[in-house]
Amino acid sequence: MRRRDFLKHTASAAVLPSIIDGFSVKAFSTSPMLAALQGAATDNDHVLVMIQLTGGNDGLNMVIPLDIYDKYQAARSNIAIQQGKVLPLANNIKTGIHPAMTGIQELYDDGKVCILQSVGYPSPDYSHFRATDIWLSGSGAKDILNTGWGGRYLGFEYPNFPEGFPNADAPDPLAIQIGSLVSPVFQGTAASMGIAITSATDFYDLLENPPIDPVPNTHWGDELTYIRLIAKQSDKYTDSIKLAAGKVTQQSPYPANNDLAAQLKIVARLVAGGLKTRMYMVSTGGFDTHASQTEAGDTSKGYHAELLGKVSAAIKAFMDDLTRLKVSKRVVGMTFSEFGRRTKSNGSMGTDHGAAAPMIVFGDYVLQGVLGNSPNIPDAASVGDNIPMQYDFRSVYASILEQWFCVKESDLKTILLDDYQRLPIVSGIACGLITSTDDVNQNAGINYITNYPNPFADKTYLKYKTKGGHTMIQIFDTTGRLIQVPVNKIHTPGDYTVTFDGEDLPNGVYYARFQNGTIQQVRTMLKVR
Amino acid sequence: MDRRQFLTLSPTRHKTAKAPFGRTDSGIAPFTGAFDTAQAVHLLKRALFGASPADLSWAKGLGSMDQAVDALLTPLATMPSPPVNNYGDDATGIAPGATWVNAPAYVRMENDPLGQNRQRSYKAWWTGVMLNQTRSIHEKMVLFWHNHFVTETQTVTDLRYVYKYNTTLRQYALGNFKALTKAITKDPAMLIYLNGNLNGKTAADENYARELHELFTIGKGPDSHYTEDDVRASARVLTGYRVDENTITSHFDSTQHDFTNKQFSDFYGAKTVTGKTGPAGETELDDLLNIIFSQPECAKFIVRKLYRFFIYYKIDDAVEQNVIAPLADIFRTNNYEILPVLSALFKSEHFYDPLNMSCLIKSPIDFCIGLCREFSVVFPAASDYMNAYEAWDYIRDFAGKMLQNIGDPPLVAGWAPYYQEPMFHEMWINTDTLPKRNMLSDYLVQGQGAPHDLKIDVLAFADQLSDPGNPVTLVKDSLDLLYRVDVSDSLRSFMKNSILLSGQSPNSDYYWTDAWQAYKGNPGDAATRTVVESRLKAMYKFIMDLSEYQLS
Repeated sequence: MRRRDFLKHTASAAVLPSIIDGFSVKAFSTSPMLAALQGAATDNDHVLVMIQLTGGNDGLNMVIPLDIYDKYQAARSNIAIQQGKVLPLANNIKTGIHPAMTGIQELYDDGKVCILQSVGYPSPDYSHFRATDIWLSGSGAKDILNTGWGGRYLGFEYPNFPEGFPNADAPDPLAIQIGSLVSPVFQGTAASMGIAITSATDFYDLLENPPIDPVPNTHWGDELTYIRLIAKQSDKYTDSIKLAAGKVTQQSPYPANNDLAAQLKIVARLVAGGLKTRMYMVSTGGFDTHASQTEAGDTSKGYHAELLGKVSAAIKAFMDDLTRLKVSKRVVGMTFSEFGRRTKSNGSMGTDHGAAAPMIVFGDYVLQGVLGNSPNIPDAASVGDNIPMQYDFRSVYASILEQWFCVKESDLKTILLDDYQRLPIVSGIACGLITSTDDVNQNAGINYITNYPNPFADKTYLKYKTKGGHTMIQIFDTTGRLIQVPVNKIHTPGDYTVTFDGEDLPNGVYYARFQNGTIQQVRTMLKVR
Repeated sequence: MDRRQFLTLSPTRHKTAKAPFGRTDSGIAPFTGAFDTAQAVHLLKRALFGASPADLSWAKGLGSMDQAVDALLTPLATMPSPPVNNYGDDATGIAPGATWVNAPAYVRMENDPLGQNRQRSYKAWWTGVMLNQTRSIHEKMVLFWHNHFVTETQTVTDLRYVYKYNTTLRQYALGNFKALTKAITKDPAMLIYLNGNLNGKTAADENYARELHELFTIGKGPDSHYTEDDVRASARVLTGYRVDENTITSHFDSTQHDFTNKQFSDFYGAKTVTGKTGPAGETELDDLLNIIFSQPECAKFIVRKLYRFFIYYKIDDAVEQNVIAPLADIFRTNNYEILPVLSALFKSEHFYDPLNMSCLIKSPIDFCIGLCREFSVVFPAASDYMNAYEAWDYIRDFAGKMLQNIGDPPLVAGWAPYYQEPMFHEMWINTDTLPKRNMLSDYLVQGQGAPHDLKIDVLAFADQLSDPGNPVTLVKDSLDLLYRVDVSDSLRSFMKNSILLSGQSPNSDYYWTDAWQAYKGNPGDAATRTVVESRLKAMYKFIMDLSEYQLS
């Protein structure tokens, strides 16, 4: 087309830059056809809120083993919480929680909290960065994954994202990061499935985000202002987020000076405002407590107590708010940290990078209980001792995907890339499934795995009892390193014996972890010569 | 590291302080200030497509601003190898891998599949030439002249002509503007594009003649007063040029030439082009150009266009008086040689005036090519032409979706952002194109979504910076090179703390240092590499997604 024709036919070209060159502004907007083609995702309105405790939370001072309190006290005498101050949990004499976590205690006693003991993975990594990547991606210690587990789940449900999004079925962001940098947990195969809540929203100021730098009255100031304006208008989700936020005019009180509470308050507002977003990620830091994590005079107080108090108060306020907003049944939340800390405390009243640690899962549909036993603590803990894992963190992901997002068992492997044990975390009512699960808290007294001789010099026989189905035995050393997997197969029910050859191993404690369905047990074995 | 240390570690930051408010009246007097990182990056980004770490050390290593400008203004001695058959079947017998630019003529079928194949080949080739540019302004000037002397492949259709047109632009890109105008006037692609090849003595076709005045030499500025009669007279001067599809050249057919006298208006000094018969009729073109180029508005028009391309689109009275007018004088004094003008401009205090830095919105080509160059994105080797052309075409296509489809400007006036009041360059950025810019940078930095494994190697990039193990320095060096706009300390802290340190304590810089050293100590180890790579990816993605990255 010649310029003169062009001007004649499109006199308003200057105000409609986006149609120049015949390229439409609608390229990425709603297309019901696309939505229909891609197949609708699992239809429920369930929301998962992930709370990242950055730095490596000291799980042993958060969830305290009352049944082996003496060992606990001995391992960390300078920072152990006084037994009398530990908060008890309803109907559970083995376990208590940190005195600062009254909010969590109340939620637990209301039947809305599940605590999972000793969650980790074989051969744990002690680097903040690498361990964080492992937790967010859902990889093993030796595997490198460039996608996040949340991103893989959302990619499974919405395979074409971002092409054709938003659309009638998925009008809202699939995942939201509170903050301005989307977590790698939402990284899908090609695109990040998450968006960050940034300046486009009203509550931006509540958060510690990178500031939008002010611009001076100069050429580049003018241009930057213009580009930012377009960037704001290009955010496909600005309107739906603002709309949702606008629907909620009154919220319950949240604790002040609590960054996690401020973030969860936004999540509550968006959930109650009707946003169909499936996953939220919030985070709070400071858990890298190498020194002075408690006060010297009173170990129930101090820096770590403040952190846990904030987490507890924020979660409690969040749940109360959701309940009053009548959306608590839509939400399950979970805390996680890149690792726990060492069993034995150090001389500077702190704890160093460790391995497995407890997770707290909460929500109306969450099954009350403490899954797993108190951590294995040696009589005389040494500096390198770690808490052996009882549950793989990917088992927690698998359980939540199946029991909360209603993902079919056959699809779990597609998302998590392997089969993982599922644990009774969320009530079967949530997905309309009532399946009988073993009451894992009633297994006291039953020895699913034993070994003899114990102590042993070279060989020891592992005797185990399986209900049938997938059965696995993993051997860990005290640092959590996976030494061997003597059993990993489908069994018919019965009692079996397998030989474990530890001749080449150094003397010391080894853990044999037994897993069969939802049941797990850890057997402590001692090698001597 | 605490905040105080953080601040003291950046001693040079005050040098990139915020630009002063308002207008300055800096002119073309030579710039005498320090030629530091900010000035070098500014020069590089304006003269080349993007500035890589190697470009920056090269420019600073030259020792002075004068030498850097002189080096960048050195024309290329050789033409790039021509485009080749990357499409397979060719009715004219051109083998795959051989160039089609001298192929014999062919009878075009409906939809002309061969022409379309060559069109894609040509555009991919040109994109590849830009991606492989050396440190000369030459390539950017070819793009400038393409936007000035526009032809469109979809109108010319025979890509052999279009390739020739491209070589004409290359040949004169840093040469003489008057000679370029003459060559373009007789260029086969231009003759076809603006109907010059149909312009005959019985009824002159005014299409090219009009654009010659309005778009190519004089323009429509306030001091432009050529008349409709001037257009008609010029059209008659230009009668007789014909194109031969067998030789892929144009020639002058005196039997089609109007040999009557042509009278011009007072604006052109009321001069007359005396009609000539026979082959001498062709020399009337020189007479016409002499008339046009003696009008002072001609030099001003081109200088303004250069200014909008390389500096900024707003030209107020001060710029007109302090920059445009003296540069136009230089242009005329030097008989329309282009280099003296560019040299004066790039060495002027006006060019290095903080007010004129950071304000140029990257054109789609500048964005796409610059992004690939800055991060040294690796393309398949040119010898692997099938894959290389495909990869180049991917970038070409992205720039096209961002509204700059090389080879096919939307109309003879060129791309609207270079002339359309009042938005100008801002027209490149809208709610459709900005997400596409982010999408391209996301694809490349993520290493997923682009074909042929096109990706940004963030590790290699960081490794070229001064001290990648120090997260403060890493952020600073990256921003110094990738942004032209200075950013606040809190944004820098955010990048360091939230991205490189993954939200760990701001005082734990050593976590990054350790991670970087672990990677350097054992680069083959996937785990240690991924730890730093994933964080660098996140940081560079963040940097490129912010609006600041759109400015050059």
